[in-house]
Amino acid sequence: MPEAWVRIRGLHYARGEQVIFDGIDMDIPRGRLTAIMGPSGTGKTTLLRLIGGQLRPDAGSVEVAGQNVSALRSKALYRLRQRMGMLFQNGALLTDLSVFENVAFPLREHTRLPERMIRDLVLMKLHAVGLRGARELMPAQLSGGMARRVALARAIALDPEMVMFDEPFTGQDPISLGVLVSLLRRLTDALGLTSLMVSHDVQESLSIADYVYVISEGQVVEHGTPAALRRSTSPWVQQFLQGQSDGPVPFHYPAPDYRADLLAEAP
Amino acid sequence: MTAFLQRLGAGTLGITERVGRGHLFLLHVLGGFPGLLPRFGLVMKQIYASGVLSLLIVAVSGLFVGMVLALQGYNTLVDFGATESLGVVVSLSLVRELGPVVAALLFAGRAGSALTAEIGLMKATEQLSAMEMMAVNPLHRVVAPRLLGGIIAMPLLAAIFSAVGILGGYFVAVGLLGVDEGAFWSQMQAKVDLYEDIANGVIKSVVFGFVVTWIAVFEGYDAVPTSEGVSRATTRTVVHASLAVLGLDFILTALMFGDE
Repeated sequence: MPEAWVRIRGLHYARGEQVIFDGIDMDIPRGRLTAIMGPSGTGKTTLLRLIGGQLRPDAGSVEVAGQNVSALRSKALYRLRQRMGMLFQNGALLTDLSVFENVAFPLREHTRLPERMIRDLVLMKLHAVGLRGARELMPAQLSGGMARRVALARAIALDPEMVMFDEPFTGQDPISLGVLVSLLRRLTDALGLTSLMVSHDVQESLSIADYVYVISEGQVVEHGTPAALRRSTSPWVQQFLQGQSDGPVPFHYPAPDYRADLLAEAP
Repeated sequence: MTAFLQRLGAGTLGITERVGRGHLFLLHVLGGFPGLLPRFGLVMKQIYASGVLSLLIVAVSGLFVGMVLALQGYNTLVDFGATESLGVVVSLSLVRELGPVVAALLFAGRAGSALTAEIGLMKATEQLSAMEMMAVNPLHRVVAPRLLGGIIAMPLLAAIFSAVGILGGYFVAVGLLGVDEGAFWSQMQAKVDLYEDIANGVIKSVVFGFVVTWIAVFEGYDAVPTSEGVSRATTRTVVHASLAVLGLDFILTALMFGDE
C-alpha cells in the first residue's frame, strides 16, 4: 500500500452531548480511491470537514500531507487547501455566477493565467463532466445532478492532489451515474489523484474503490479492500452491504416502546 | 429570584459575546480591504447592488419629504412674513438631518435586509463553506466588498436624497406657493455652509453607511443557517440598524452642532 496522504489518529469529536467520533484511526493512501461508507448520520460529512480543517478535533490528530491540520495557522491552512478539492453534497455552487464562472472561480482567485487559458481549462473540465454546452446557464437553472457535476468540475479546476467527494452519486440518473462512476475512477488513475469518497451507495462505491472504511457510531467497524469487505463475517457489515432492514443496526432512532407510546396520554 | 438572575446573567453574557464577535468579525473584514484595491470591480458590483438599486426608493422619498418640508415650513414662516427663508429651512433640514437619517433608514430596509438575506442564504447553502475549502476567505471575498460598497454608496444616496428633496421643496415653494424664486435660491446659497452643514451631513451618512452595512453583513454571516434563522436575521438587521442610525444621529448631532 502507498504511503498515507491523510493520517487520522485517535480522533475524537463531539457536537454538544452527541459523540460523533470516538477514537478513529484511518489512513487514506496517496493516489488511490478510498471510500468511507456508513449509515446516514454517522458523521461522514463531518469527517471531511475535519480533514479540510473547517472543524477542529476534540482530541487526536488529522494529518494531511504530513501537516497537522488543526495546528496550522490560517495562511498555511489556506495553502494546504489549494492542494485539495471538495465536492459538496448539494454542489454549493455560487448562485450569482454562471456555470462557466463557477468553474473559473478557483482559477481566477489563485492564478494569474491569461483569459484564453482560463477559458480552455474551464471548457476542458466542463467537457469531462459532460456540461460544456451548459456553460452559460446559471446554477438555478440546473438540476441537482447537473449542479453536482459542475461542482465536480470546479473541484478539479486547480488540479489538486486530493479531492474529497461528499455523496457524489446521490440524485444522478442511471446514465450520468455510470459516467460519473467511471469518471471518478479515471480521474484517480490518470491524474494520480488521492480520492476520498463518502457515500452510502454500496454497489457503486465497492465497484470503484481501492479501499473501504465502514464507520458507524463513532467507530471504524471494518476496513479493507472491497473484496475483503464482501467476505467479512461481521453481521453488521453484511447487513449494511446487503441493505437488510433486520440485523444489528436498528432502522429506528432510539424511542420508547411503540405500544406504550401510542397508548400514552397526549401531553 | 435565582432563576431571574440566572436569565439576566445569561442574557447579558449572550449580548456581550455577540458584540465581541461582531467586533472581531469587523477586524477580519477590514483586513480584507487592502486586497480590494486591485480588484475594485468587486466593490463596484456591490455599489451597484446596494446603491444604484436603492436609487428609486431614495429619490421618490426625498422628493416627497422635500415637498412636505416646504408646505409645513411655509405655514409657519408666513406668519412672520419670512417666506423667503423657505429655501434655507428646506435645505438645512435636508442636508443636516433628514438626508442622512431618512436615507440611512431606507438603506437599512432596502439594501441592509437584502445583504443579510444574501449572505445568510450563502451560508445556508454552503457557498461560504465551499469558498473556504477553495482556499478563498469569504470574509475578504464576499463580506469586505459589500461593507466597502455600503460605505461608499450611503453618502451618495444621502446626497441624492437631499438634492431631490430640495428640488421637491422648490417646486412646492416657487411653483405652488408663489415664493420668490431668486430669494429661495440666494438665501439658501448664503446660509448653507459647505463645511458646517454639508460636510457634517456627509460625515453622518458615512458613519450610518458603515454601521448599517456592518450590522447587515454580520447578521447574515452570523445567521443560523436555516430558513427561519435567515428570516430572523433579516428582521434583526432592519430593527438594529434603524435604532443604531437614530441613536448615532443624536450623538453625532450633539457633537457637531451642540455648542452653537
